[in-house]
Amino acid sequence: MTKLTALRDAVALIPDGAVLMIGGFMGVGSPHRLIDELVRQGKKDLTIIANDTARKGVDIGKLISAGAVKRLVASHIGLNPETQQQMIEGKIAVELVPQGTLAERIRAGGTGLGGVITPTGVGTVVAEGKQTIEIDGETFLVEKPLKADFALVAAWRADYYGNLQYELTARNFNPAMALAGATVIAEANEIVPVGMIPPDQVETVSVIVDHLVAREA
Amino acid sequence: MDEKTIIAKRVALELTEGSLVNLGIGLPTMVAKFLPAGIRVFFQSENGIIGMQPLPEPGEANDALTDAGGTPTSFIPGAAAFDSVASFGFIRGGHLAVTVLGGLQVDEAGQLANWMVPGKMVPGMGGAMDLVSGAKRVIVAMTHTAKGAPKILKKCDLPLTSVRRVALVVTELAVIEPTAEGLVLRETAPGVSVADVVAATEARLIVPDVVPTMAI
Repeated sequence: MTKLTALRDAVALIPDGAVLMIGGFMGVGSPHRLIDELVRQGKKDLTIIANDTARKGVDIGKLISAGAVKRLVASHIGLNPETQQQMIEGKIAVELVPQGTLAERIRAGGTGLGGVITPTGVGTVVAEGKQTIEIDGETFLVEKPLKADFALVAAWRADYYGNLQYELTARNFNPAMALAGATVIAEANEIVPVGMIPPDQVETVSVIVDHLVAREA
Repeated sequence: MDEKTIIAKRVALELTEGSLVNLGIGLPTMVAKFLPAGIRVFFQSENGIIGMQPLPEPGEANDALTDAGGTPTSFIPGAAAFDSVASFGFIRGGHLAVTVLGGLQVDEAGQLANWMVPGKMVPGMGGAMDLVSGAKRVIVAMTHTAKGAPKILKKCDLPLTSVRRVALVVTELAVIEPTAEGLVLRETAPGVSVADVVAATEARLIVPDVVPTMAI
């Protein structure tokens, strides 16, 4: 039943051109080891779905610096000038999504919903080219679900089945992304024996986690 | 008092006991330092916590806890942490009493632009569009002008953050309330005349007979 996978083997599963969701908010709660290994293995043409690209050369910013990203779906890139520069130069196609809409689109993708009906962005450039609908006299935008080939998530604690717990603001997009990735690879600060995480405290359920990155020897 | 302090102190007077408040990054974050004595509010950070305490004590920084700008922070007893889906549920769902956001432009319709300058600066909207859509009150905390150019305009020419009318605009010169009739000048800063505010504002201001001075 163990899902332990060596870091390099887990990342080797990811082909060039894959669509990846990567958890984290300004690097907090990002899977640092998985990101470093993606860079080391020289992955390219990736599509990244993430809240942001952290800072230049930090966490997801390392993938930007490495030229590994051809498309980015994010809510904020303001603290990483390199992402903005690559966008202006046409090296990365960037879709900017309001943060709450991004979270709900990922949730919709992971929970079998056909889309998100939200007031956020109505009447702004975000609404361009999108369907709107009226419900009880109020206008909403229809936003499509997001899914990924792989979700790379970071947990505070895992058990060997792959049940996950998170900590404080390192939680952020990780639980929703774990549902929306066809293959889910998790890394954790700590791996504990099965049974040590009480059922009421499991936040991401092991059945959706495919690989748990082993601690390095 | 410098202009940011004037703005932050005046905005702080808008916060009421026990309310849930989200402060944007930058100038709005300063508001937390000027809470009136005896007022306790719950600060939300959209990256997943309610009960944030803006400044950690030395040595208390935790790798798993920052504010929305990525700065280490701490929390009060009774705080709660949650994921981004829940966080924006609070925001969009009308559970937030007040959001305080920075601004690039506000216009006569009370509409805010604060997330991009096409061709120059494209940081992304982050949580701003959800915050302006969903908070019960939206307070814009910004300098009155940018390098001498008015930021309170007849019509925003930058991309809007939301079509919703914001509740209040606080600058170092004035407090302005957008209403269905237009922008009403509610207060001026100490030492600032109504004429000073009008001169620094492109939009038409509705000026009541009595315009008090900010009680800061």
